[in-house]
Amino acid sequence: AAAWGCAGVWRRAWQRGAGGPGPALHGQRATACNARGGAVPAGKSGLAPWVPVVGLEIHAQISSNSKLFSGSQVQFAAPPNSLVSFFDASLPGTLPVLNRRCVEAAVMTGLALNCSINKKSLFDRKHYFYADLPAGYQITQQRVPIAVNGSLSYSLCIDNKMSQMVTKTVRIKQIQLEQDSGKSLHDDTRSQTLVDLNRAGVGLMEVVMEPDMCCGEEAAAAVRELQLILQTLGSSQAVMAEGQLRVDANVSVHHPGEPYGVRTEVKNINSIRFLAKAVDYEIQRQIEELENGGTILNETRAFDSKLGCTVPMRDKEGKQDYRFMPEPNLPPLILYDAKSLPANMNHQQVVNIDWIHERLPDLPSVKRAKLVERYGILPEHSFALLNEDGLTEFFENVVKQTQMKPKKVIGWILNVLLSYLKQHSLTVKESPVSSFLLADLLNLLERKEISSTAAKQVLAELWKGEGKTPLEIVKEKKLELIQDHKELEQICQAVIDGQENEVIMIVLG
Amino acid sequence: VSAALKEGHVTPTELCQRCLALIKSTKFLNAYITVAEETALKQAEESEKRYKRGQPLGVLDGIPVAVKDNFNTAGIETTCASNMLKGYISPYNATVVQKLLDQGAVLLGKTNLDEFAMGSGSTDGVFGPVRNPWSYSRQYKEKSVPKSHSEDKESNWVITGGSSGGSAAAVSSFTCFAALGSDTGGSTRNPAAHCGVVGLKPTYGLISRHGLIPLVNSMDVPGILTRCVDDAAVLLGSLAGHDPKDSTTIQDTFKPFKLPSLPDVSKLSIGIPKEYHAPGLSSEILALWSKAADLFKNAGAKVIEVSLPNTCYSIVCYHVLCTAEVASNMARFDGLEYGHRSDMNKSTESMYAATRREGFNDVVRGRILSGNYFLLKQNYENYFIKAQKVRRLIANDFLKVFRSGVDILLTPTTLSDAVPYMEFIKEDNRTRSEQDDILTQAANMAGLPAINVPTALSERGLPVGLQFIGRSFQEKQLLTVAKWFEKQVKFPMIQLEEVERHNHNVFQHQKSASFS
Repeated sequence: AAAWGCAGVWRRAWQRGAGGPGPALHGQRATACNARGGAVPAGKSGLAPWVPVVGLEIHAQISSNSKLFSGSQVQFAAPPNSLVSFFDASLPGTLPVLNRRCVEAAVMTGLALNCSINKKSLFDRKHYFYADLPAGYQITQQRVPIAVNGSLSYSLCIDNKMSQMVTKTVRIKQIQLEQDSGKSLHDDTRSQTLVDLNRAGVGLMEVVMEPDMCCGEEAAAAVRELQLILQTLGSSQAVMAEGQLRVDANVSVHHPGEPYGVRTEVKNINSIRFLAKAVDYEIQRQIEELENGGTILNETRAFDSKLGCTVPMRDKEGKQDYRFMPEPNLPPLILYDAKSLPANMNHQQVVNIDWIHERLPDLPSVKRAKLVERYGILPEHSFALLNEDGLTEFFENVVKQTQMKPKKVIGWILNVLLSYLKQHSLTVKESPVSSFLLADLLNLLERKEISSTAAKQVLAELWKGEGKTPLEIVKEKKLELIQDHKELEQICQAVIDGQENEVIMIVLG
Repeated sequence: VSAALKEGHVTPTELCQRCLALIKSTKFLNAYITVAEETALKQAEESEKRYKRGQPLGVLDGIPVAVKDNFNTAGIETTCASNMLKGYISPYNATVVQKLLDQGAVLLGKTNLDEFAMGSGSTDGVFGPVRNPWSYSRQYKEKSVPKSHSEDKESNWVITGGSSGGSAAAVSSFTCFAALGSDTGGSTRNPAAHCGVVGLKPTYGLISRHGLIPLVNSMDVPGILTRCVDDAAVLLGSLAGHDPKDSTTIQDTFKPFKLPSLPDVSKLSIGIPKEYHAPGLSSEILALWSKAADLFKNAGAKVIEVSLPNTCYSIVCYHVLCTAEVASNMARFDGLEYGHRSDMNKSTESMYAATRREGFNDVVRGRILSGNYFLLKQNYENYFIKAQKVRRLIANDFLKVFRSGVDILLTPTTLSDAVPYMEFIKEDNRTRSEQDDILTQAANMAGLPAINVPTALSERGLPVGLQFIGRSFQEKQLLTVAKWFEKQVKFPMIQLEEVERHNHNVFQHQKSASFS
């Protein structure tokens, strides 16, 4: 049933893709589109409909001062190789020492995603040779990860209408702690590879989502919700552009009632928008391929954001055997809860799951519900508020400082402020109009001192950020509504007097 | 010696100079890879100043020590006797090295070993084999008359055992008072037995491995080589304890201890594991072993035969676990960050391959290959997991015996005395390691403390030692028993003619076995 839920979205994705690249796809497009167009069991060509299946593997860089197993700092865009400890460079004889903060971040994230937290989890070595993996292996949690069996609810709108939102759930298979790799830069002209180990050893949480999604829009919505949760928890800054959140999508298609098809893994997706595009493209591609009698290879593909398509990644070494092995230098990671916490244990040395649970902040879903309840705004408005960093606070500040009803304020926030910010690619924090000024302006409007048209004019002035108050602008531009009847009469009389001919014409009919 | 230093009979600088001179005159032993003459003298000078101020750092202050060349030492080359790390100077000190230096010990240099500690002869390093000082002792020369005169006298020298052969030879030839080895399958106890010194492998987790270039992380333990049991206890006291840099060290604080001067074993129960009566055990050692048992019996201890039924699987199991970890641990030597890098630059992969081919010897490469084979997805269950299960069984064997009331196990350390080098190299490294680790290696599987105590000279005039295996973290009891035994057997002092000839005076001073 889930597969049909996004049929509408699916059709749109189709149309969007029509102008895209991939000439080989053109011929089949109509058929595939019909097949997916609705709950019709067979398409024009007599084929059964396709059910796309999408699963995600998300690497979230843990927001922490130091790396997962070493004391070196974590910082984006620091000078190359300036944040590398002996351990990070894999000097012989160095040993990993687990960073408590990273464990807490993973526990927090696990709890927020309704996972059961494993009180005992293990670390493993995953071996492969690569220039930016100095030890020749990555320390990860292959056998027993720190958190398992969770779920994430996310909402998306149908047919791009804010008013039609549906909530879906994706199961979280597991969250595992692991090391990030360094970065290799290939200089083709000088045929050399430069390695920056600043990122090597930074803590990652790999969140594995079960294949419960069926289109790009769903995948994008799920990742967006995860991103909000991580940012709310502070467990990851989760900025995709800075690589703090990396999403790989596993995509396959099959006919209903049949086993899942061969899946491909799509990598190199660096924004949520591209995630939707990449997934939808890949679904299309697979359907086209299969309907043309082809087969899907179990391969890794990269999303090319410029061309808007996925291309096979060169897999130099063919099939990798990672030769997993328990990490012998780290004892099992033991977590405690209130019940199992030993009395004589130093609290600095243990991680208490219950303690972390009690201190979890309100998650986005709770925040939204509270906004809806407290201000009487529509649910979709609450989504819009949370979607922009700082917008909720802005909204609440305005509400506090104005007599205008929240229901009316939200319109100004979303339709006027937000669209202005978006037009100028500004964040809420960069807004030239503070919540105080906007509240001031809305108060003038609320007191009927100016019209809403005038208010928009004032706002246009305010954007300039010249430090004038709304009232000053109103006075300067004489935008106030005239409250004095005599003055109004005089103005009307003056207009009538000035247009004698027209008045006569009107009187004569 | 410590008392002599305190009382000013000898100064740290004099002591250091004498040791350095001895190292030079025994250079033919090939015990040292690097001699840190300059820094050693500087450290001795510092120590001397402290003594003059009357503020020595403790019993180790001014004591010359040597460290196996697989411990990182800042500023002094750390090679692991491998082309891969030739010329490599670590930017940091291993925790144990730092602890020695912090307590005023004078670091003379880095001792020879099998490449990356893989071997049981100290014959397979890139700097050549270590010669057993006993090869040049009066005792050996008198007893081992060459069968034919045509046989080259030179080829008669015997191996030290390994892989910490350099450290054992260094202690045995009086060039230092104590040395650090490492012990993964017997690498400290085996050469200790062959060189007639005390070799202690502490409980896994008692001493930090940070800075020890690993062989098998789950079995490696820094080992202690000294001339007597008391010295081993002093060293242990200065090295043991939790290290935040090694998560596998135990959290409990370790209290250094002094051994009783008149140890008592009458209340103890000594176990004689019958499985250690292994094929190939020399009749000499067997006789010595039962004599030792009688000694305990006569002293009032309970001596009982016990069984560790899974011992026979230990070597196979060790082979799988060891090579698997070796394959993993050696992955970092890719020529990128440090160490040898091949000139091959066709591609990163070809550079890796050439670097590793040039950097590692056959033994290391062989273990990497088999280790990777055992870790392959299709083999993991059949080999690695099984080996881990067997390891648990072996550990449980020990637990059961100790739970039944046995305090200490008494076993031989080696199957025979040291063999001549020419004899030794007739078999390959793997066969040798399997034979030579057979009596020592189960203690590593179980993480238990074990010690070699030199016991007697063989018919050929070479040292033979016996091994005591104790309960986890019961080093005090283990060393107490070892000390008692040491007192009973009165192992003879090595008579090194060549050393005496060259350094008559020095030798006299060095003779005092103990520094504590």
